[in-house]
Amino acid sequence: MSVPLPMFVAIPLVAAFVLPVLKGTLKPIATVLANLVTLSLLVLAVMSVGKTSVYEMGNWSIPLGINLVLDGLSSLLLLAIGIVGAASMLFSVRYMEQYTAKPKYYSLFLLMVAGMNGVVLSGDIFNLYVFLEIASIASYALVGFGCDHEELEASFKYMVLGSIASAFVLFGVALVYANTGSLNMAQISETIRRIGMNTGLAFALSLFVAGFGLKAALVPFHAWLPDAHPSAPAPISAMLSGVLIKALGIYVLARLIFTVFGVSVPIAWVLIALGVSSMVIGVFLAVGQWDFKRLLAYHSISQMGYVVLGVGLGALILARKGDPLWASLAILGGLFHLINHAVFKSLLFLTSGSVEMATGTRQLKKMGGLVERMPYTRATCAIASASIAGVPPFNGFWSKLILVIAAVQAGFYLLAAVTVVVSLVTLLSFLKVQRYVFLGELPENLEHTQENGGFMLAAMAFLAVLCLAMSLLVLHPALREVVLQPAVDVLVRAATAPTAVVSQ
Amino acid sequence: MTVIVRTVSSWVKVLIFLFGIYIILFGHLTPGGGFAGGVILASSYVLLMLAFGRTFVEANLPRSLASRLDCLGAFVFALIAILGLVFGGTFFVNFLYQTYLPGRPFALVSGGTIPLSNMAIGVKVGASLFLVIFTLAAFRAESQEPSEGNPANQGPGQKE
Amino acid sequence: MAYALCFLLFMIGLYCAVVKKNMVKIVLGIVIMEYAVNLFLIMLGYLTGGVAPIIERSQYDAKTQTIAAEFLSASVDPLPQAMVLTSIVISLGSLALMISICIRTYAKYGTFDITEIRRLRG
Repeated sequence: MSVPLPMFVAIPLVAAFVLPVLKGTLKPIATVLANLVTLSLLVLAVMSVGKTSVYEMGNWSIPLGINLVLDGLSSLLLLAIGIVGAASMLFSVRYMEQYTAKPKYYSLFLLMVAGMNGVVLSGDIFNLYVFLEIASIASYALVGFGCDHEELEASFKYMVLGSIASAFVLFGVALVYANTGSLNMAQISETIRRIGMNTGLAFALSLFVAGFGLKAALVPFHAWLPDAHPSAPAPISAMLSGVLIKALGIYVLARLIFTVFGVSVPIAWVLIALGVSSMVIGVFLAVGQWDFKRLLAYHSISQMGYVVLGVGLGALILARKGDPLWASLAILGGLFHLINHAVFKSLLFLTSGSVEMATGTRQLKKMGGLVERMPYTRATCAIASASIAGVPPFNGFWSKLILVIAAVQAGFYLLAAVTVVVSLVTLLSFLKVQRYVFLGELPENLEHTQENGGFMLAAMAFLAVLCLAMSLLVLHPALREVVLQPAVDVLVRAATAPTAVVSQ
Repeated sequence: MTVIVRTVSSWVKVLIFLFGIYIILFGHLTPGGGFAGGVILASSYVLLMLAFGRTFVEANLPRSLASRLDCLGAFVFALIAILGLVFGGTFFVNFLYQTYLPGRPFALVSGGTIPLSNMAIGVKVGASLFLVIFTLAAFRAESQEPSEGNPANQGPGQKE
Repeated sequence: MAYALCFLLFMIGLYCAVVKKNMVKIVLGIVIMEYAVNLFLIMLGYLTGGVAPIIERSQYDAKTQTIAAEFLSASVDPLPQAMVLTSIVISLGSLALMISICIRTYAKYGTFDITEIRRLRG
């Protein structure tokens, strides 16, 4: 049976408005309700894998009404949001005992999830802006949730840059409306293919690249991420790094460039340039960090570069009318790396939160020898580090391999070499993390740290099992056909078959 | 605040509140609607806060009640949307206009669920904006310690 | 011509948000930017000599349920007005959050100057 699409947005919104009323003695009910909501979103996302549908809100058809569209790319991202959301909410049951005002935290968390689901499902460009703002404002408040010195500074920086990006995006939406006369994405793409790109639309596209590039933390626009992600509470860092920069940044860029505006050689080169500079600059800035979460945040920038590189390479091959097989392979590598990164980066942030809660510090030089005190955290952290560094048989290896193969086959030998070098430097910095946090000798003040059990362990174990199981998504042909291939087909078909636009 | 300000504002507050309710109720016929009416409702309470002080307003409309009204307004709005799914078949469809209560054009009872949505949004926005300005005034009182005579210390609240 | 002035206002807001050192002035710069975009959106729908898009009783024929044709050709576009209402509400929420962060930061650091609020670096 098909899931009515507004349920992805309505369920977390209704829960977010009911939860702040449950204060005092009703707090355990609030916790149970919040976890039920995220688990049900995960179940709904799994049920809608491989389906496509269009839902018209209020029974108004397209020029008058707004619609929600589910296709392969949307279902892939809904799955990522569901997995990371469920794991983070389960982790925060125990982790957020350190903070006050827990019902407000759950309410903001569910608002952020509702906003992200709305961005991914929206079929209308202004509706996308509204959900983008809902998710962004909830995340600004969540980054500064602890109200300590560093968190307020980081939240202010993130908020200023994010608001400027949203103003750019709204300006772009206004320019698109002025030039095409419609707000629905299918109608805009038909109009653009008919009238071609004029200066107004090219300026709107550059405003979108700047605005959504800032939300995705690509390199000229990355300055907020190394301050915001470490200062947030650990489950929020996992959500921010795991899904927010992807759903609000890369998904929208891919949707706008492939489906709405149409690929062309200049925009593909812009994507490749952003991707390569993010990869290289992110990883070289990450190697020298001594704060655990700040190191992970810089690695997020670098791994986002991989995804954008894959998508940009596919766009370049399609724009030059090259072989669509290599384009679809490059996009497959990019999108598979997107969902892999969601899983292993959120696992890394959750383990860093577990270590921080047990030892009280984030500085690598003050930790050491935790392997005897926290064996489970050490095991899950090792699995996640192996995934991000690209060690077989974990999922990171397969996506990086596909990207390198696609780059070599398309003739970009230098890009393939850069990808391999960045991967080796990633391995280097995670060996450093493992050595300083877990191996070595235990300092005296940490003699009494204990393993964090219960829900935190369950959430980390769930993600660790997924790290291994997701390599099956690419190796097992039936799973690949259902989950990954529709997402790739959406983008490739949108670029090669200009008249048959968004799923109708 | 002086006697003149207090007396006039205690007369005028009712008129402002009534005007806000008018804007919300006639939102489907004349310009305005839920958000504009809610802002006017909140501004009547802000006028009271400026004239009489924060503690006086706290006694009349405590923070917990405003927070609950906020959540109630949003919940009723979502409930109307879900009732559209239950009675009409599609999310957010105007089920009252189509089957149960079509009403006459240009009358007050028309437009189906739109006046109900306006009322829910009016309550929510009014309570929400009141809470925001109330909480910012509370911050000002807490943070008065760092320095006296700073321009950041002017604003709503005690000005005796 | 009017659109160029809108863009100039946007640039002034961007300059304020980027160059100024006082936190409140940065917030005001962002507010000016959002005003400029809302103004641009409203001006898109404008028609010279147009009327507000509100139907009067005389323009609506209840028997055939049609609207008078001269109203349809003379009214301004109502869609940008709906977009601007939503955008104003969003920027109100964003502004409330920014101001409360400014107030809390002042209570912690004692200053509004961003060159002194720099504990996170590197």
